[in-house]
Amino acid sequence: MADFNITSSSADGMGPHGTKVGLLRVLGPAHVWALGVGIVLVGEYMGWNFAVGKGGAYAALIACWVAGILYTCVAMIDSEVTSTVAAAGGQYTQAKHIVGPLMAFNVGLYLVFAYTMLEAANAITAGYLISVVATMTGYEGTLDQRPFIILAILFLAWLNYRGVLATLTFNLVITAIAFAAIVVLFLSTSGVVGTGIMEHAALMEGQAALPYGWIGVLAAMHFGLWYYLGIEGTTQAAEEVRSPARALPFGTLAGIMTLLIAATLTWYVCSGVLPWEFLGDGVNGSVAPLFDTARLSGSNLLIWLLGIGTLFATLASANGCINDASRAWFSMGRDKYLPGWFGAVHPKYRTPYRSIVFLVPIALIFALGAPLDQVITFSILSGLLGYTFMPLNVILFRKKWPMGSIKRGYEHPFHPLPSIVLLAICAVTFFAVFLGYGTQLVAMIGFYIVVSLWFHFWRYRFVSRAAQFTMPWPKPKGY
Amino acid sequence: MQTWNLIEYAAWGLSAVFGLFMVVDWLKTDTSYSEDVLTSSREGEIEAMTEEHHS
Repeated sequence: MADFNITSSSADGMGPHGTKVGLLRVLGPAHVWALGVGIVLVGEYMGWNFAVGKGGAYAALIACWVAGILYTCVAMIDSEVTSTVAAAGGQYTQAKHIVGPLMAFNVGLYLVFAYTMLEAANAITAGYLISVVATMTGYEGTLDQRPFIILAILFLAWLNYRGVLATLTFNLVITAIAFAAIVVLFLSTSGVVGTGIMEHAALMEGQAALPYGWIGVLAAMHFGLWYYLGIEGTTQAAEEVRSPARALPFGTLAGIMTLLIAATLTWYVCSGVLPWEFLGDGVNGSVAPLFDTARLSGSNLLIWLLGIGTLFATLASANGCINDASRAWFSMGRDKYLPGWFGAVHPKYRTPYRSIVFLVPIALIFALGAPLDQVITFSILSGLLGYTFMPLNVILFRKKWPMGSIKRGYEHPFHPLPSIVLLAICAVTFFAVFLGYGTQLVAMIGFYIVVSLWFHFWRYRFVSRAAQFTMPWPKPKGY
Repeated sequence: MQTWNLIEYAAWGLSAVFGLFMVVDWLKTDTSYSEDVLTSSREGEIEAMTEEHHS
């Protein structure tokens, strides 16, 4: 056995706690932006339009902006807590420090499930997109999508395995192209450049305005999340950014601003061209609304650009999900919430390689064996449970470590208003999800209760009680 | 055989290459380094506090 000893704290960027091989601090704010926006942007290319099906185009716009408020609260809260809890694991690590072990275990599982399911959904979509390209290029048979689904997962897992800098630089490039494609589509079809093709007034008059009334607006909230789902993933980069106190708030807040712009532009161009009945049917109607809008523009350049944008957004999302799920799994292993074996770091590539490899077959099983809508619903529900935890987390954080007791990289304004707003919107969204997917919601909450019991009565005895807290925090107020 | 059939085979092949790379490297790494070294990572420090101490 070679003894790989880089005990210098300056050599590996880690603290002097016996770390010989740790994650590398090599990322900047742009990578944080690419991680957050990269995971989410696929939601603009497909998925959000189910909100139109639930309540019409106006309902989708209201859902877009209400969900935008929810995620702005998420981004602000995350920026404050993560700029202080600068460790891999994101919300899991926050819960561990601020709430307690059972909450941390649950939040860790929410994260891993939300990201792994989303990765599987993205791989399924990538396979489907390749089959569309095959048909468009004259292929007459039925293309086997499986090799492309598997290739997407294995290529991106390989990239993640080889190092975080290349992984997120790749994400930065493809995410920027996918975002630019939306802006170009808006400029080309809205009349800003050349002749516009927007027909909002005609497409949304009379019955088409709010076809199911205000209950339709409420139901649309479920898919309104799709515009932004995953921006909270920026926190997983906390242990790999050069300066967490600056890079995490900057990258996260720039990310949510980008998404608010992208979501609004997407709604505007798609609802101005596609009738709501077609736009709202994401299965038999408009599967990829931005791409369909480009097709109606009649410009081959736009068709290619949005086609590439759709594929890139899908790959960026899967890539970010692998990064985030593996960091959450790795952190839980490192603290022995899961077997400590998962807490290993590759001595050359400095990545949580065992966690990355372990999650590959799980993603493959879901990508090849589960229906897309179930996979997406499981992902959304796990994410929603995570958002419900965040306001409670930040309220406790401010209570235990009041302003001035610990230096924060970012202080979110108007506390506790964002927490209350976030909690209220989560409650509304739970109700909206219950309307459409009540069985899955109950089944999933049942699942988390069962694993919580397992953790409490069995797994907790293995947790590193004291060793899991190695950051030099002051004692919380009142302890 | 159509081009897309060849692309299908290429996708299978590339998937196998990426998968094999990870598995082989994983096994090689696990046998080359001690478990103590591989699992020695500890959570990161609080950057803001570090800055405060240094200033």
